[in-house]
Parts: sequence; structure tokens; C-alpha cells
Amino acid sequence: MCNLHGELVEDYDNYREQLLEAGLLLGCDVQGVYGLSGTFEGIIEAFERYVTKNGKPLNPEVVRFPPILSRTTYLSTDHIETMPDLMGSIHTFKGNQKAQLAMIDKKQQGEDWTSSLEPADVMMVPAACYPLYPTAANTVLPEEGRLVDLRAFVFRHEPSPDPARMQIFRQREFVRLGTPEQARAHRDFWLEKGQEMLKGVGLPVKAELANDPFFGRGGKVMAATQKEQELKFELVVPVASEKKLTAISSSNCHLDHFGSEFNITTQDGNFAHTACIGFGLERIALALLKTHGLDPEKWPQEVKQVLEL
Amino acid sequence: MNIEKVREILSTHGRLTTPVDQLQDDSDLYQAGLTSLATVGLMLALEDEFDIEFPDSALSRKTFGSIESIAETVEDLSE
Repeated sequence: MCNLHGELVEDYDNYREQLLEAGLLLGCDVQGVYGLSGTFEGIIEAFERYVTKNGKPLNPEVVRFPPILSRTTYLSTDHIETMPDLMGSIHTFKGNQKAQLAMIDKKQQGEDWTSSLEPADVMMVPAACYPLYPTAANTVLPEEGRLVDLRAFVFRHEPSPDPARMQIFRQREFVRLGTPEQARAHRDFWLEKGQEMLKGVGLPVKAELANDPFFGRGGKVMAATQKEQELKFELVVPVASEKKLTAISSSNCHLDHFGSEFNITTQDGNFAHTACIGFGLERIALALLKTHGLDPEKWPQEVKQVLEL
Repeated sequence: MNIEKVREILSTHGRLTTPVDQLQDDSDLYQAGLTSLATVGLMLALEDEFDIEFPDSALSRKTFGSIESIAETVEDLSE
């Protein structure tokens, strides 16, 4: 176990160094936060166009939210109960001039200046679909349900040497709100479609039954339950390491979890079920760079063609 | 003996929608409203009361699925 951990860290360090050296990632003084080069961002833009093209026949509504959401909305999801260790809470300074001087004094003394801060009204978005549900609260869905195309930066506090585990990254999602059958069909459709799309750009993905990283020992019960119910599948591929594969997409059924919390109902009066497919955009770029090489100009012709690079 | 104690802890920490005294020992606790978060509270309370620690292998949906199953697991862990 220790050996594997050591080998993994070595793999992470090697790939991260290659990316930094090639100028694709720009480092920062904390783990898991990077600047991205034009080439890197170009890969993400190309993949996003590919996603848009594949989703177009389904005629989704397009909505874009910022990477922050209200504290009230945050608390309406169960993130604080399930993954509190990943949350990002935004704090700011609300004091007077005297309090400001006290804060600066703490900073200059090397003391904890953050004790002068107070919570703002907002939290970091933990998953791209979270800000959507309050906008659909207390509505009755049309018979065909709703399909929404989302993209947002999401935050997860899990600093890591693995370049594929960023603290803030983009998720591109298609979310379905509808009957249990519509939600399940959406998940199943995209689980297949996602594999087809990723294999179409030369990524040897495989689907795996998965669970969210629920917190603590109680989280193990939640994870086992999620797996038993086959609610989450991930598409995994080697990124930094061949020994531990990395999820670059996930397809999830939320049952009526958000429907009941936000009182979103279907025509028959029951709480709506929701499901989503998410593509981890930075991870997909990292997987492409790992698989086809660090210079996209030298990627296989068919991959460049599909991505219109 | 464990069954009665488990029932007592369940009624304090289970946050069930069906009162514990209306449940059979083999009733499905998830049907009775046991949520995943309540399971965590229940687990910690059982550990305190019986001075045990649930190993990872016992942290499954099945363990907490009925009064009977909880009591059996507690008994196994107390030995």
C-alpha cells in the first residue's frame, strides 16, 4: 500500500513536471491550482464544441452560472452532511477602520489574520448542477421534462500533487429533470454516448460503478448504498498514472433528492427525479495530452479532425 | 437484551418517520425513514453505548437495515 502510494506520487510528480515544463500548466504556491496556457485552453474549447455538437440534437436549454452560490442554496443541498471536507466557504472583511488596523497588525505579526473575517452570503459551487435547482424550485415540469446544458467552475478542497486533482476546475453537464424513467434514460443514454465520444478522441475509457467521496466512516455506509443502487458510473482512463485510473466523466442518478428538496414536481404531482452527465474538462485535456503527447499539433490526424483542432 | 437497547438508541437517533414501537425486529428501517445521515448518528451512538467500533466491513446498508441486523452486528462486535 505504502509502495503503491509512493509510486503514485512519483507518477503525479513526473506528469505535473512535464506539464509545467511544457508551459501547459502554470504553477502556483498551493497544490492543485494552476494557470492554463492558450494551448491547454484551446483543447478545452475544442472539446466543449464537440460536446455542444453531440448534445445539439437533444435541444437542451443552455444556462451558465458563476462559481459561487448562495449560502441558503448550499444548505438546501446535503453537501454539508455528505462532503463537508470538500466545501469552500467565502469569507470577507466586514469590520470598521479600527478592526482593519487590527487585522493588518495580525498579518504583520504573522498571526492568524483570517480570524478578523466573517462569512459572506456565498459559498463555492461544489457541482455544476447545484445552482440550477433553486431556479426550478416550486415548478411543475412540462410533460417531456427539462434538459439543461451547464458549465461551471466547481471547487473541491482536496489539494493534491496529482495534476488531475485540481481544487477548482470546470464541469460541463447535461442535467435532466423529469420522471424517474426520463432521468434514468438520460443517465443510461449519456453513459453510452460519453464512452462513444471519449473513445472517438482516442481515449481508452472504461465505465466503472462508482461512489462519491462521502465524508468519514458514516460516508462508507453512504458509498455502499450508492453503489448498491447503481446510481453513479464513472468513465476512467490513465492520466498521470497507469496504476490508478482517473475519472474524466461521471453519470449520476440523484433519484428525487433535489426534486423533493426544491419542490420540483412532474405532471403526475410526484417529485421530479434528476440525473446528470458531467465531463471534467481539465481532466479530459490532461488525458488527451497524456495519451497523444504534449503537442496537440502532433496528435493523430483523426483526433484533430474530430476535435476540429 | 441488545434488542431493547438498540430500539432505545434507534428511537433517539434514528429520526424515523415510523415510531420504533410500531416496528418489528425485521422491519426495513430505510422504509421506516432511516436516512444516510441518521445512520451516521445511529452508528456513533451504538459505538458509544456498547463500547465497540464498527469495522469498515460492517459499514454497509445491510448492517443498519433492521433492528435485528443491528443487534446481531453489535453482539458479534461485543464478543
